[in-house]
Amino acid sequence: MTVKADPKGVLSGAHFIDGDHACAEGAIAAGCRFVAGYPITPSTEVVERIAERFPLIGGMFIQMEDEIASSIAIQGAVWAGKKAMTVTSGPGFSLMMEHIGLAAMTETPCVFVDVQRAGPSTGLPTLPAQGDMMQARWGSHGDYEIIALCPNSPQESFDLTIKAFNLSEEYRVPVMLMLDECVGHMTERVIIPPAGEIEIRPRRYWKGSPEDYLPYRADKDGVPPLVKAGDGYGIHITGLTHDERGYPVMTADAQEELVHRLVNKIRENAGSIVEFKEDRVDGAQVVVVTYGITSRVAIPAIEQARREGIRVGHFRMITAWPFPEKRIRELSAAAGAFVVPEINYGQMVHEVEGAVAGKTRVVHVPHGGGSVHDPKDIHAAIVNSLKG
Amino acid sequence: MMMSEESMNLDVRPPSNPVEDLLRMERMPHIWCPGCGIGTTVNCFARALETSGLDLKKTAIVSGIGCAGRVAGYMKLDSFHTTHGRAIPFATGLKLANPGLKVIVYSGDGDLVAIGGNHFIHAARRNVDMTVILLNNHIYGMTGGQVAPTTPVGATASTAPHGNFEESFNLPYLAESCGAVYVARWTAYHVRHATKSIKEALLKKGFSFVEILAPCPTLYSRRNKLGDGLAQMKYYAAQSEIRNEADTKTVGLAFQGKIIVGKFVDREKPTYLDAMNAFYARKFGEGYEPY
Repeated sequence: MTVKADPKGVLSGAHFIDGDHACAEGAIAAGCRFVAGYPITPSTEVVERIAERFPLIGGMFIQMEDEIASSIAIQGAVWAGKKAMTVTSGPGFSLMMEHIGLAAMTETPCVFVDVQRAGPSTGLPTLPAQGDMMQARWGSHGDYEIIALCPNSPQESFDLTIKAFNLSEEYRVPVMLMLDECVGHMTERVIIPPAGEIEIRPRRYWKGSPEDYLPYRADKDGVPPLVKAGDGYGIHITGLTHDERGYPVMTADAQEELVHRLVNKIRENAGSIVEFKEDRVDGAQVVVVTYGITSRVAIPAIEQARREGIRVGHFRMITAWPFPEKRIRELSAAAGAFVVPEINYGQMVHEVEGAVAGKTRVVHVPHGGGSVHDPKDIHAAIVNSLKG
Repeated sequence: MMMSEESMNLDVRPPSNPVEDLLRMERMPHIWCPGCGIGTTVNCFARALETSGLDLKKTAIVSGIGCAGRVAGYMKLDSFHTTHGRAIPFATGLKLANPGLKVIVYSGDGDLVAIGGNHFIHAARRNVDMTVILLNNHIYGMTGGQVAPTTPVGATASTAPHGNFEESFNLPYLAESCGAVYVARWTAYHVRHATKSIKEALLKKGFSFVEILAPCPTLYSRRNKLGDGLAQMKYYAAQSEIRNEADTKTVGLAFQGKIIVGKFVDREKPTYLDAMNAFYARKFGEGYEPY
């Protein structure tokens, strides 16, 4: 169920902006009216644009004292009724991990934007990497699921920011928008459609009578409807293991019931969440699996290999989490090899390996970060992947 | 008052708690130890709420982690039990996203001024409109009696078994110097004063701060051979001196020393939202709709 975007703040038309600015516009179009952030390269332009734009469209931007504060201030704002996001890069993302867990546990719909730079630690603040992909999925302690999206252009940064908000509301889950420095700072044409063409998922507010409401009694799809502070319900929300009333219950049974639902509301709906793009994967000898900026860097390598007569398919993940496991497994039935270039020393490649379960060769093309791959390296991996 | 037939029935029932309308009675018994001072402060808080005239449907309470962090979960309000140290930034988001809410942070010393110290000083600096009630028992209770930034020099703790030599925080001074508009300190002995102060703080616009000293007989008193909860209350009674408007520089605490209590600060400053609205109204003129 969707509604049309609130035209207030939607800058319909053609723009020449970078991925960070496009993300800010996507958030505004999605109805986000609360952003808390802390400056960090290469993500800062997102909050700079938000800070510029919010006062005149009824939004609240606050620069908090650190990323820990930012990542929980947005959750307070959500429980007060706003759509909210925070924006950061690696070091700040590391500081936010506990609150990704809190959002997952309390089922607080919110968006975390991570414009990835090279790490570990302070690393290369102004230069790209894709090294936070596993952190996005596993960074907080305990078992939970999140959703992560990987734009490869400023236009997609706009589009997927809206999608991130919509998914967070649909599943009451924190959604990560995983840009990288290249996509964040790359300037291209971005078309912002008229508000009437932008579909927005409104919050799943409870519509029954107050007496019947239990904060964590889920609908059929595993997602409970919510109310907000000040509605008169007297809700209790805790990061402790809780029952349907939201009250702490310190037993293994309560833990099992809750974690099972938190995990399965995403796993069982993965089919409707997962998005990817394919190019000539049917009948391919080699399938190159990419995401983010690497999907664009791989194209010259793929085209070169095709000119040389190798049937190369291109599978681009738009959703990294949940991982498109089912589709990769299907492709593995026919493909001779998968080649996985990513700007890290091996992250999403493990998911590809897990999905093919040893049946197909998987070749990783690592890169430590600081630039993108040389397409020659990806080309060489494609060629070599077919050799004994 | 007319007695109904039902209430004249002489069934033996425990007397009801006078503030139980404000408590989630279905969650009783609470987790606090016998002799703990937290329950006493909750009673003060509940009575202050009752007489404050606040719309309780528009009142939210936020706690962090620890013994005092459990207060939120026992209050019949919209209540949020957040992460360790982060009640204040959660409350900041809650308040700024819906200025119509009254937002209260109720948590302990370790939570609010150790792990949460950065947020405490910045919320006071911004003068975010919220009331912070800090339960100071000089120790980490929930985790078993570790040293805190509020443990007085000379006291022992499980992680300071030879005694604490670190200077402790003077919290009213910290709050005042960071910008709090209302600052008071009481002990669990001063129930009427504390109730009155909490009520004033609830009705004060801006960042209001009430520190309440409370016994932790299980972990602080026992290790320091200070007797039970009652003994600590007797110490509060004997050694407290009410000195309203005292210079907060002079109200630091020493191990079992004199306790200066009172309302120290009550001043006017624009809140975060008032400052923002006034600033943007000047900046943008009629194009700006006050948030």
